[in-house]
Amino acid sequence: MGTPRLAVWKFSSCDGCQLTLLDCEDELLALAGKIEIGYFLEASSRQLPPPYDLSLVEGSIATTADLERIRRIREQSRYLVTIGACATAGGVQALRNLASLPEYQAVVYARPEYIDSLDRSTPISAHVPVDLELRGCPIDKRQLLEVITAYLADRKPDIPAHSVCFECKLRGTTCVTVAHGTPCLGPVTQAGCGAICPAYGRGCYGCFGPMGGFNGEGGPNTRALLPLLRRDGVAEADAARLYRTFNAEAPAFAEAARQATEDDG
Amino acid sequence: MTHRTGRLLTVGALARVEGEGALHVSVRGDRVEAVRLEIYEPPRYFEALLRGRTYAEPPDLTSRICGICPVAYQMSACRAIEDACGIVVDGQLAQLRRLLYCGEWIESHTLHVYLLHAPDFLHLPDALALARTDAALLQRGLRLKKAGNEIVEVLGGRAIHPVNVRLGGFHRLPTRAELDHLATVLRQARTDAEDTLGWVAGFEFPPLTVQHELLALTEPDGYAIDSGTPTGALAGPFPLRDFEHRVREHQVPHSTALHATLDGQAHLTGPLARWNLGSERLPAEIRALAAQAGLGPRCVNPFRSIVVRAAEVLWAVTEAQRIIEQYEPPPAPAVPVPPHAGTGYGATEAPRGLLYHRYDLDEAGFVRRAVIVPPTAQNQTAIEADLLAFVEPRLHLDDAELTRQCERVIRNYDPCISCAAHFLTLTVDRS
Repeated sequence: MGTPRLAVWKFSSCDGCQLTLLDCEDELLALAGKIEIGYFLEASSRQLPPPYDLSLVEGSIATTADLERIRRIREQSRYLVTIGACATAGGVQALRNLASLPEYQAVVYARPEYIDSLDRSTPISAHVPVDLELRGCPIDKRQLLEVITAYLADRKPDIPAHSVCFECKLRGTTCVTVAHGTPCLGPVTQAGCGAICPAYGRGCYGCFGPMGGFNGEGGPNTRALLPLLRRDGVAEADAARLYRTFNAEAPAFAEAARQATEDDG
Repeated sequence: MTHRTGRLLTVGALARVEGEGALHVSVRGDRVEAVRLEIYEPPRYFEALLRGRTYAEPPDLTSRICGICPVAYQMSACRAIEDACGIVVDGQLAQLRRLLYCGEWIESHTLHVYLLHAPDFLHLPDALALARTDAALLQRGLRLKKAGNEIVEVLGGRAIHPVNVRLGGFHRLPTRAELDHLATVLRQARTDAEDTLGWVAGFEFPPLTVQHELLALTEPDGYAIDSGTPTGALAGPFPLRDFEHRVREHQVPHSTALHATLDGQAHLTGPLARWNLGSERLPAEIRALAAQAGLGPRCVNPFRSIVVRAAEVLWAVTEAQRIIEQYEPPPAPAVPVPPHAGTGYGATEAPRGLLYHRYDLDEAGFVRRAVIVPPTAQNQTAIEADLLAFVEPRLHLDDAELTRQCERVIRNYDPCISCAAHFLTLTVDRS
């Protein structure tokens, strides 16, 4: 087998997740020796023909042109990994799924007819089979390196499906909810960031989306968290908004936001 | 090749820029008929989705407009919302914000200099190709970039979409040990930044002179980064609340980003604008090193923007060192910012140029309306004008070479195309 060929693709996104690869300052050169960059527009003008062994896909599907492009990328890729909240859950731009597109367009564009935009922002898995989803807004550098090195070693990547609470315990961070009554989505949010927010004295805002395995097993008990959020001063509408940020369309968070508004009514 | 009457140069997808864009240049005989920088980055409707969120949320939400300059979004959003609430964050908290912003300048500019832009001057497809000829050189760039990222990580929690920024300041203050670590990192960064400036100064710069109006924030006694007065080279200084009257936007059919002008003129924001309007207020030591690198008080060749970026990295490193040396912990990580009905304005200097935010808040602090004008959208008209001026004297080049050189002109701007696709129009050009 020759050097594996890597491709990095962008859909609707901020570029932050693919930038994470370039932020691997200490590992980048070693990595470049083990993997050939076949397509990575942000980093290189050189493009090698398909097929690609490992495709990293950033961003959500948001235009009609995207629909065709993601199918082609799937055909050209042996192993396809989505990176980040946009690619795995539609991203912050999926907030438009809860609203009316013409109304949104009228706010931003005087001439919406020039704009190619689907009325929903959807994850990659809604359109093509995906081999692995890496969570986060943005993804975590260590998890990205784990995925790539696991691919190179032909083993399963070690990506935990437990909640942020585990990472707080590992890090030795005092629980911000227990100690300070700070509202925190940590108990229902997928680990992976290293529990940064509680370490900085704020509650987790759920940017890694709902905890649970790749296939949705072991999902969070968001209903159990609701009374705790309420105790800490989060009104129902605020709880719904908490869930409706970067992973609003992840099913468990969409359902949690609905629960919060339902209890409100 | 030149005997043909019509030529169409097309770059379907621009490489080594942030976001997605394409370029079309149509030529008839020895005249360039049209230049179009086409931004097909899908719109993400930020100004729409911000409505109805509470006033504490835009710093986190708008950082997601751009993974390369999230701090710029957080800082402009904080300033605008604090302005609406009648709060000014000053003293050591303001210094810490400036330190965070210096970190973003260092990492974002260094990313552009080494990984996106330098390969053009070295005739390489990417920086990894540079590693094969001079690994130590690329390692120097990565080390300098990492120094910037470490500042953002310490102050912000993580390098991309920092979590520690809030209205009024921060969630948690850095510890002395963390700042001491940064001081150590910055000593090496200082050497790396000086070497970088010397390195890029030796590149060969194709001749090109910009004629655009310039727009940057200026401050009376320093180089503007996190605050200042919008100032045009011709337009002069004007109050930030007049920004939307002076900088007018209009939509064009070929782009999801809007085009903007300052007082009706194509204008340029970013390193060249900052340099021409503010370099005299840099410390003498930085000006002297810049002069050794061939940078006088004025720089009007967009290809030299890489030298300005390197000089700005050097300044940001020394500014970060100064802030850390003079730091004394403030009494609290943040000052309270109670909600207040009203309109607030905020502008800061993103690495790519002036980034403007406006928010209208109701009495409970909910966002009724948001306006965001990012630098690349403002620069679009200028980029197209540069391409026009650049291409005509070079029509003798074959299509592949001319296309390659046009891409270089665009990369001079370090365009942040994801940012450019999210801003609001208030006026419609129906002409």
